[in-house]
Amino acid sequence: MFSHNTFNFTLITTLGFLLLISLLSQPVSAKVVHKERSLYRNILIEDKGDLRCLKFNVKSSKTQQSCFLKSQPERLYFNYTKLLLSSLLINPNPEKILIIGLGGGTMSNTLHQLLPDSQIDNIEIDNSVIKVAREYFKFFENDHIKAISQDGRVFVKRALLKKQQYDWIILDAFNGDYIPEHLMTKEFLEEIKNLLTPQGVLTANTFSVSKLYDYESATYKDVFGDFYQVRNLKNSNRVILAMNPQHNVHNADISAITKANVKALEKPLKQFGVDIQLLVESMSSTKNAEDWPRNTPVLTDQFAPANLLNMK
Amino acid sequence: MGIELLAGRILAPFFGSSVHIWGSIITVFMLSLSLGYLLGGKLSTKSASLTRYGFIFILASITILPVVTSSQWLMEAIFLTIEDSRYGSLLASTVLFFIPTVILGMLSPYSVRLLVTNSNESGQVAGKLYFVSTLGSALGTIITSFYFVMWFEINTIIVSFSLILGSLGLLAVVVDKISLNSLSTATKSTCDV
Repeated sequence: MFSHNTFNFTLITTLGFLLLISLLSQPVSAKVVHKERSLYRNILIEDKGDLRCLKFNVKSSKTQQSCFLKSQPERLYFNYTKLLLSSLLINPNPEKILIIGLGGGTMSNTLHQLLPDSQIDNIEIDNSVIKVAREYFKFFENDHIKAISQDGRVFVKRALLKKQQYDWIILDAFNGDYIPEHLMTKEFLEEIKNLLTPQGVLTANTFSVSKLYDYESATYKDVFGDFYQVRNLKNSNRVILAMNPQHNVHNADISAITKANVKALEKPLKQFGVDIQLLVESMSSTKNAEDWPRNTPVLTDQFAPANLLNMK
Repeated sequence: MGIELLAGRILAPFFGSSVHIWGSIITVFMLSLSLGYLLGGKLSTKSASLTRYGFIFILASITILPVVTSSQWLMEAIFLTIEDSRYGSLLASTVLFFIPTVILGMLSPYSVRLLVTNSNESGQVAGKLYFVSTLGSALGTIITSFYFVMWFEINTIIVSFSLILGSLGLLAVVVDKISLNSLSTATKSTCDV
């Protein structure tokens, strides 16, 4: 009798355990929370457990625009968004920030928590993306944060006319599928350069593979001179840090400047899941490593086949 | 169509690439083509000749050139005066493309006039003409967007289009002259006999 009971007990626990394992190991299926067709694209919000992602296309995984963990919305999920923060090593207190390409608005949210007194202007061509960011990604606006639905190039040109300047410009308007070609030309970068304060920094999320890499690098070099690149270990993303040529980083020792800022940034950045030490190590100047052919043509308003060059 | 496609590229630095840019461009092209058809038909009723036809080509090739030479300051002036990029792009594409597209539109009805010899076959001639011109548009679109933009600067492409139009016009004028000459020599020799 006794042994029979033990046997039953063991059987039940084993079965229960197996059931539990099978439940846990089952891939969490993605659930579409919201779907809409905007003027520019298909917008898709997908939940996968705690993870929520904004997608612009259904089939491919490279079109994830923005993701965040619902339980930890302040944590930066994407590697490249972390890389973008490396700009703070050079200019730790930007008062006016311009973000071109909103996505889920997670960058804007994070920066506001990090720099509550800074003014942030978000520019997004697609009004539907702004709405979705508000509704599904906790993107918020207040006295310091604005979201404007406009083409990035037009906004920059108008801002120049109004003699506005920014301490930090974040260019994040490129997704894996389509590149707005007029945002990757020499003329556009000249305009961006004029919009930067003397100590201002441009941080651009760009391409690390495909033929476009060479053309894009040559174009940045032509406008800004030597720039810094930040790459992650997988080399799937590269972030360009380009400074106004008047920036004192060009004459000074960069490691001295970054070192001074690392200490102050280490703790505040940790809560967003960013390892600042790692960022310092991933930074390199094109002064020492120009890894594209010297005679690569520069992209201009006259010659801008960026999408054709991005095909592999 | 090749030019229409490049128009998007030309306007983008000043007016962006929002949906309404294409709205402006397509509107202006359609409007000017429709006017061109009307004018070309009207023009073909009075002493139609291959020489006149050639001059339309030459005129088109000349009026497209300001896109290369003056588009920058024109678009800048429009950008400064009109803040709304919808109306800015509409005005800019009108200023740059209206006149050359009207003239290009005149070619179709004029071609019908020159090719039709009797009313019985007029439908067939018009059909062939639509076939050739629309097929040409399709080819111009695909070659320009797939390859030309990767090989050449926009200005180079437009100047080439202009040169091709100009030489076609000259060719028409020359052919007309020669055939007239041989015709008159032929008449003369007949008279001599």
